[in-house]
Amino acid sequence: MLRFLITKFAQMIPTFFGITVLSFAFIRLLPGDPATLLAGERGVTPERHAELMALLGFDKPIWQQYLLYVADVLQGDLGNSLVTRQPVLEEFFTLFPATLELSICAMIFATVLGLPAGIIAAVKRGSWFDHTLMGSALTGYSMPIFWWALILIILFSTPPLSWTPVSGRIDILYFFDQPTGFMLIDSLLSGEKGAFWSALSHLVLPTIVLGTIPLAVIARQTRSAMLEVLSEDYVRTARAKGLAPSRVIGLHALRNALIPVITVIGLLVGTLLGGAILTETIFAWPGIGKWMVDSISRRDYPSVQGGLLLIAGIVMIVNITVELLYGLINPRIRYRR
Amino acid sequence: MSLLEIRNLSVDFQTAHGLFRAVDSVDLDIAKGELVAIVGESGSGKSVSMLALMGLLPWTAKVTADCLAFDGRDLLTMAPRERRKIIGKDMAMIFQEPMTSLNPCFTVGFQITESLKTHLGGSRAEHRRRAIELLELVGIPAPETRLSAFPHQMSGGMNQRVMIAIAIACNPRLLIADEPTTALDVTIQAQILELLVELQRERDMALVLITHDLGVVAETAERVTVQYAGQQVEKQPVESLFDDPHHPYTAALLAALPERATSKRLPSIAGVVPGQLDRPGGCLFNPRCGFATERCRQEVPVLNRGALCHYPLSRGVPQGHPEHQGEDA
Ligand SMILES: Nc1ncnc2c1ncn2[C@@H]1O[C@H](COP(=O)(O)OP(=O)(O)OP(=O)(O)O)[C@@H](O)[C@H]1O
Ligand code: SF4
Ligand SMILES: [Mg+2]
Repeated sequence: MLRFLITKFAQMIPTFFGITVLSFAFIRLLPGDPATLLAGERGVTPERHAELMALLGFDKPIWQQYLLYVADVLQGDLGNSLVTRQPVLEEFFTLFPATLELSICAMIFATVLGLPAGIIAAVKRGSWFDHTLMGSALTGYSMPIFWWALILIILFSTPPLSWTPVSGRIDILYFFDQPTGFMLIDSLLSGEKGAFWSALSHLVLPTIVLGTIPLAVIARQTRSAMLEVLSEDYVRTARAKGLAPSRVIGLHALRNALIPVITVIGLLVGTLLGGAILTETIFAWPGIGKWMVDSISRRDYPSVQGGLLLIAGIVMIVNITVELLYGLINPRIRYRR
Repeated sequence: MSLLEIRNLSVDFQTAHGLFRAVDSVDLDIAKGELVAIVGESGSGKSVSMLALMGLLPWTAKVTADCLAFDGRDLLTMAPRERRKIIGKDMAMIFQEPMTSLNPCFTVGFQITESLKTHLGGSRAEHRRRAIELLELVGIPAPETRLSAFPHQMSGGMNQRVMIAIAIACNPRLLIADEPTTALDVTIQAQILELLVELQRERDMALVLITHDLGVVAETAERVTVQYAGQQVEKQPVESLFDDPHHPYTAALLAALPERATSKRLPSIAGVVPGQLDRPGGCLFNPRCGFATERCRQEVPVLNRGALCHYPLSRGVPQGHPEHQGEDA
């Protein structure tokens, strides 16, 4: 276990450097630069521009800038945002709970619906339910997020229904401390009447939009894993014990089928953070997705570099956690290590 | 009254090429505590017929029978919930493949106590004690430590012992052992067989032993039915079957036994059991039978002196066969 963790973290080191190089190069390849964008529409004289760039340290040769940047990162300093002057690390973790809350809700939505749907489809393979589910999964998987969000907004957020709000995390009426950063929890803690419902209703559409692709992937993966497992000898043994079908399917078969399902859930975390960028932009959700988009459009070099690095780090940690989870579910893996 | 009564059991599989009859009007009676063997080559429907009895066939299988009664109760008309109270408790089964028959995700202890919990109730401590007792009974050393082992950490022989422990956990009155030793080493095979026969004798448990090894049958069983391409072709007490087989297929199986071989080379029966797409007309054995006549290729035989054959053998001579007229029986 300890050896496993050490090798995994050792493998992260080259990835880490790769990402610093990529993020560093990516943002500089975009046309425009922070000094021009900071000056805004008034424009800036070439002298003033050079002066600003020197002030920000962007006049040095590019390799020097990179080495300085990496040296800072290794000391745990991701620099300050050019726009707000706040440390990038601080900004990231102030906004991260909003993204995390949305991502968790989307994942719960996808799993709670996808797992049972996949199981039922496998058990009743060839039925109308199976065909409908697989058809919708394919549609859900290939639907452009942006378009899907617009459809949902038109259906549910405009008259005559007008069920859900379309922007932000909570009504501006409410104002309270946010000790956890999770709006659902904080609104409950605040004790303000209606705050929780407001937070919840703001979450509904973004959750559905962000959760649709994971839902489709989970349902399909669950179905195919269950189909494979249901014809295994040990499932027959379980039935030969006289166990109820619910136990045969829900325990003996599902436990084995979960291994590939958890793998795709782990892989989905990367996709999810990508989806969050779009979803947060559409619903003006104040998380890191929206923050990244804003930072890119302002050419806020430190924010973009730091943000990408942190997101990559989170994805890698999630993947390691998933691998650890396998061991809990599948003893064959646990003992092979 | 017999413990198990099977009349005219047939199983049809839905396949891409239409219906396939894997088991064709099988009859079987088993008394309390009796040991009956079913023999036949691979593909003769031995497993399918017993899986049908246990209700373990996939949904593509259609099971029909005039009577499928255990202890006087008809299993076919019984509600599934009622049937599950018998399956795994009074009637249990162990399978051909010990390495894949146990669930890789659960410990041996969990898989044994699960049966106890489902059928007998009782406390966890009792289940644990009983599980240790069972492991001891099936000859697993250091049973306490084995409870927390996973199937992949044990050998095939040990896994099969665990399967037996699970099967006998609730003191079944009928145990079906489907080629329990085929996948195991030769030395282990004898041990497992011995264990099964011992359990049958000591616990007054009826045992159906499926095998394709007639040698095993000679040593253990009292009665034997020979199955070929889904049909029972012969039924006899073991002793008289070895002494005077009536069906040419049985005679050929016996001739293939190492201790009976007359020449140095083992005579084996040429060809294989016909599958779905190559079933012949008339007698299903006719392409491989040394006595086959035109009549055998046209006409389906009926039971004749306990054998499904137009010319049942008597002391090796086919009775009524046109080419063997006047030979002594
Ligand atoms: N699920 C199924 N669908 C279609 N055909 C099947 C199915 N299961 C078994 N069969 C067919 O039924 C026939 C009898 O199979 P069965 O497994 O009972 O043979 P067996 O006598 O147990 O042989 P073995 O010694 O190999 O175990 C075979 O031809 C097999 O192909
Ligand atoms: S009926 Fe004919 S082919 Fe069939 S076993 Fe008897 S002699 Fe052989
Ligand atoms: Mg078989």
